[in-house]
Amino acid sequence: MVLELQKPRPIWQIMFSTHHTDVGLLYLISSLGFLFLGGALALAIRAELFLPGAQIIGDAMTFNRIFTVHGTTLIFLFIIPFASSVGNYFVPIMVRYKDMAYPKLNAIAFWMIPPAGALIWLGFADFTWYATPPYSIISAPGPAADMWIFGLKILGISSVLGAINFIVTILKCKHPDMSIGQVPLLAWSFLSSSLIILVAIPTFAAALLMLLTDRLGVSGFFNPAMGGDPIAYAHLFWFTFHPEVYVLVIPAIGMMYEIIPRFSRKPIYSFNSGIFAFVLLSIVGFSSWAHHMYATGMSFTEKTVFMVGTLAAVPASAMHVFNFIATMWNSRIKFSTPMMWAVGGIALFFSAGAGGVANAAMPLDFSTHDTYWVVGHFHLFVMGTIAFGSIAFLYYMFPYVTGRMYNETMGKIHFVMSFIGTVLVFFTQHVLGLYGMPRRIFDYPPIPEWIAMNQIASVGAMIIGVSMAIFLANMIYSSGKGQLANTEDPFGVGGKYYYPFEAKNPSH
Amino acid sequence: MSGHSNWPEWIYVGVVIALMVWVGAEAWEAERLVEHVPEGAEIIKVTGQQWFWTFEHEDGTKEIGELHVEKGKAYKFEIHSKDVNHSFNIHDYVILMDAIPGRVNTVWFAPTDVGEHDIQCREYCGLIHYNMRGTLYVEEPSS
Repeated sequence: MVLELQKPRPIWQIMFSTHHTDVGLLYLISSLGFLFLGGALALAIRAELFLPGAQIIGDAMTFNRIFTVHGTTLIFLFIIPFASSVGNYFVPIMVRYKDMAYPKLNAIAFWMIPPAGALIWLGFADFTWYATPPYSIISAPGPAADMWIFGLKILGISSVLGAINFIVTILKCKHPDMSIGQVPLLAWSFLSSSLIILVAIPTFAAALLMLLTDRLGVSGFFNPAMGGDPIAYAHLFWFTFHPEVYVLVIPAIGMMYEIIPRFSRKPIYSFNSGIFAFVLLSIVGFSSWAHHMYATGMSFTEKTVFMVGTLAAVPASAMHVFNFIATMWNSRIKFSTPMMWAVGGIALFFSAGAGGVANAAMPLDFSTHDTYWVVGHFHLFVMGTIAFGSIAFLYYMFPYVTGRMYNETMGKIHFVMSFIGTVLVFFTQHVLGLYGMPRRIFDYPPIPEWIAMNQIASVGAMIIGVSMAIFLANMIYSSGKGQLANTEDPFGVGGKYYYPFEAKNPSH
Repeated sequence: MSGHSNWPEWIYVGVVIALMVWVGAEAWEAERLVEHVPEGAEIIKVTGQQWFWTFEHEDGTKEIGELHVEKGKAYKFEIHSKDVNHSFNIHDYVILMDAIPGRVNTVWFAPTDVGEHDIQCREYCGLIHYNMRGTLYVEEPSS
């Protein structure tokens, strides 16, 4: 079916293909490319903050551009396309259909990503991934800002097209013998996250257009000088992007649902509670957006409402953690690389969630908001949970994609180093936040505690950087020269590998 | 399903919900107390602009980048911005409130000890955001 590297095809056959595994491969390669580009920017940021004063980045403007593009790249050009890659490979197989429901639409959704990525990278905007007005309207230099807006616009359309495709594939194209309750949890995660995308994204799409016309000076939606209100943008932005957090995390949880039972050699503890928690999370995810805005001068009542809405999402996330632990309980676990990544991801997911509860509690938020605490907090989600789940799944699907095995030792070294690095960087950043260091600053005063903790974080980041180099080498070498995988049971856990492996050439 | 009973999960979910209710109730109570501005708090007008803070006391005196207050008095900050969003922050006193053009946000505090504290901007506001800093001087009452 896939085995791209065992049966080489001319590259244009893959590029112009609409077959789901080909589109999946394109998503996979481009998302990994952006992972390394965005990661390199992260290393530059950490190197700069190793000591007070300018280190390797000469000026504040460059620094501001770097963290903006770092965030935008890893969220929109790594996490989401990576999930789309996994969905493309496995959702049609899991619902037993020959392809995605709309193969051409699928290819179009992918091909919107490279131009959007080019706009973001060639522009290199400086107004943070949040693009908050009035800064983004009256102060951010063009054309970078405008290119960022167009890039995000294109990515939004791409996400919506992808979401429609997943929803139709799962609901309408699943095998007639299969009830919706029998659809595997990974496919359920794509159904949930796609539904969230459809509801959430249009709001930000509207806000982006308003931002653009404001920048052009023909409207003043968010510009106080023309009677607008910047807080309106904050509401529109977070109405999309708090649920978007769940769009990012739910597929990663779905990937863990695939891995944990497989390597525990046991069925999932409760399939129904997994589905229930996905659906619940998709709904309550919409009740918490303004917890990002406590400090904008919200009334006590508003803050209370959004605190309750935020805390309401915790039991659903906790149910997933319970489900994973109960599945692993008393089982014969095989700690192959994918399992190590998945279990590490669950541990960090729990830590991230616990920190999130502190943020949601109103009085504590005023201590943590816009400090490094928040940076540490959401990185435990995006790196610790989502990237860990994604990398776990990448190792898991590696034999399926290439027909070969990755190097297990290198995979484990990659995990151990990344885990230590992640803890060093992001746990430390929580404490740094409590000491009051604001986010998004190019330089900081020489406060001894700040220096010490920035150095710990920077060392942690370099450890992650080295582990990622090992990862890259492993992927490149093993996809060409790795041992041939036993396609029946590549990880030696007993029982058949889940996915039908018979070679089938793309038919489009 | 696999036929096992699900009671451990129900107990676990119950515990999580109870914890969240407790956190929420404590937070609600604390925030209610924190937001109650004492009578007779002196008003200080705080203006954020790229990239410095200006303070105007009730008697009309203005300060730039520095703020002098007296120990034991309550102060209410009226915060606004002249250009883009900023966030007025005295971390040692957990004072944080966004300065937003077109709006006036308020927050209060009552310093208890003589000393110096950092004032900073905690919302990204552009080129020199990192150095939009000031100092709070808490002094002995003059009379």
